[in-house]
Amino acid sequence: MGVTRSSLPRSVLGAGAPVPWWRNRRVIPWLVQGAVGLTVLVLVAFLLSNLIRNLTAAGLLLSWGWLSQPAGFDIAETILPFQASDPYWRGLLAGLVNTLRVVVTGLLGATLLGTLLGMASFSGNVLLRNLTRVYVEVVRNIPLLLQLVFWYFVVFLSLPNGTAAIQLPGVVLAKSGLYIAGFAEGLRWMGPHLVNGVWQAPLRWSVEFGALLTGLIAYSSAFIAEVVRGGIAAVPKGQWEAASSLGLSWIQTLRQVVLPQALRVIVPGLNTQYISLAKNSSLAVAVGFSDLYSVAETTLNQTGRAVEVVLVLLGTYLALDLFISLLMNGLNRLVQIRER
Amino acid sequence: MNPLLRRLRHDLFATPADGLITLALLGVIGAGASSFLRWAFSQARWAVIQANSTLFAVGRYPIDQQWRLWLLTALLAAATGITWGMLRSHPRPDRGGTLWPRNDRIAVGLLVALSLLLPWMLGLSPSVQLRWLAITAVLVLLRWLAGRFGPLLPGPFKRLLPLGLPLLYLIGMVLIGGGLGLASVSPSEWGGLLLTLLQSSFAILLCFPLGVLLALGRRSELPLLRWGSVLYIEFIRGAPLITLLFLGQNMLGFLLPGGLAPERVWRAAWVLTLFAAAYLAEAVRSGLAAVPRGQLEAARSLGMSMPQAFASVVLPQAMRVALPSMVGQFISLLQDTTLLSLIGLMELLGTARTVMANPAFLGRNAEVYFTLAVLFWCCCAALGLGSRALERRLDPAAIARSG
Repeated sequence: MGVTRSSLPRSVLGAGAPVPWWRNRRVIPWLVQGAVGLTVLVLVAFLLSNLIRNLTAAGLLLSWGWLSQPAGFDIAETILPFQASDPYWRGLLAGLVNTLRVVVTGLLGATLLGTLLGMASFSGNVLLRNLTRVYVEVVRNIPLLLQLVFWYFVVFLSLPNGTAAIQLPGVVLAKSGLYIAGFAEGLRWMGPHLVNGVWQAPLRWSVEFGALLTGLIAYSSAFIAEVVRGGIAAVPKGQWEAASSLGLSWIQTLRQVVLPQALRVIVPGLNTQYISLAKNSSLAVAVGFSDLYSVAETTLNQTGRAVEVVLVLLGTYLALDLFISLLMNGLNRLVQIRER
Repeated sequence: MNPLLRRLRHDLFATPADGLITLALLGVIGAGASSFLRWAFSQARWAVIQANSTLFAVGRYPIDQQWRLWLLTALLAAATGITWGMLRSHPRPDRGGTLWPRNDRIAVGLLVALSLLLPWMLGLSPSVQLRWLAITAVLVLLRWLAGRFGPLLPGPFKRLLPLGLPLLYLIGMVLIGGGLGLASVSPSEWGGLLLTLLQSSFAILLCFPLGVLLALGRRSELPLLRWGSVLYIEFIRGAPLITLLFLGQNMLGFLLPGGLAPERVWRAAWVLTLFAAAYLAEAVRSGLAAVPRGQLEAARSLGMSMPQAFASVVLPQAMRVALPSMVGQFISLLQDTTLLSLIGLMELLGTARTVMANPAFLGRNAEVYFTLAVLFWCCCAALGLGSRALERRLDPAAIARSG
């Protein structure tokens, strides 16, 4: 037998007093949204009106004409040819190309080193395992900017020049730059060599680029090592045991059994690390490498066009992040498990 | 075979390849350590650190006002001692109820050793060395007093005690910046470690409520709140911090009515806060996602209102899950304060630049950077250790064990 309405106490039914409109469950969401929306709208309107008033007063109202005026500054190291007489937009583009150069080289280097370190943290060799831990803990707890200035001012700027330069197979590290072997004209393999006391090689990197790249790779690889370690740790222990009982060696097990499964966990983590590497490349300004941010800063100092320069910067970095995310999402779809 | 030898063989020389790796690594470690020691003890000139220790600590803070910072340090030491002692005074069966567990004894030993050794190594005058020793003594003494007699305090007083910490922060702000009868010290005169700690503590404290609100907004069913939060979080996370600081320094003056734009130090502090809030929101969101839906529904069916249910049921559980990544964010926030040197503020790295520009200390980069690296490493590692200790304490299994 069910409980009849009349047998329940009044307070349970809440009968009598009607629910006031501001406690109506259909009204509350609109009230909240209206309040938040109004606040944001008023704030934005306030900021924008100030912006327009202040910019008008300073004679800097939004315009993009200055982009085609000659820049008047030089960029030390560019892939895209650039001179002081070229327009600002070309300078910014050269900066972007430099940023891309750092990001792409950095991504490759950091992925390689990070994967090796992550794999090494599962080695049977206790010394190797602990050393990777120490590396990760040291690098992650020191600010990247501090590491970058250390690499530049302490390591790369104290490299010797001429015959005293550090000569490795195919690579020479000197204060005047890093000289790397490669193909010269006519597809002739050529290593670094001295001409009148000055090093020459098919590929030359400036010390600024070298320091930035080293710092970024050293820093990001520690984070990537952690991502790789987490991914490998997520593979059940039975997989290792099954593979080794089939007679696979440690490297074979890792390459053919564990890593393909670990990649599913690793790829989303890598996405985050790649994006932070791209953003961190903007610290190039601290070591004197002309990336997008550093060119933009010079541009602002010369033109005073704060709003436009900031918009260009934010837009470009956002696009770069989105591009990396898109690529990594594609990769993620490739490595995800496909069940028939 | 000797068990130690067998152990060594298994760990380091299991296969020929392993043996080669071990030997190569030993060679690298040996070479690195010996050249580092040679540098540290014979080539490095540590005078650059000794001569500038005050600059690194507080920047160009006026000398006749520095007693305020000493007072603040003493207050902080006292607060640390009391908090530590009160935390230990709760009886915990898993610790055998001892007032001085092993880790605490080690920590006190380290503190005393550091307060004796560091000021001496920095070549500070005997009276200043004595001051550091006195501050440490205050910390340890209050730690003991609070641990011993804290439980005897009346209940309401014990409950009010945590309110002392935000109060202390406000007192600290007044002591540093002036006001209430103290001579004002402009933010442009704050520097060094003082500025680094101020900026990071300000941002950590304020980004916390903002981040929680953003995370709740992102999970809200109301489209306006959700999309607003998503837009904000993704915009901030898509931009490098340096461009946002750049925006703050160059555009804030245009965005606010003339003369209302805050001082450069405060602009940077606000940018850091708004930046950190977006990242914190993502950490909190992952914590919220880990709390089962049933928790909210159960709380609601007990008659709690929505804010009540979130505040006392959902958020505490979410915070526990989010704790490690939140502390991770705080650690990177502390590291990110170094970027302020790029916009011309005199925090630790900015101070280092001015020191190295001094002709007397030209070319002493390695000593300065090494010292800063050790300092940052210790701060970040301490935060990480603290987070892990807190995690263990908040682990439901451990709480259930200790009853």
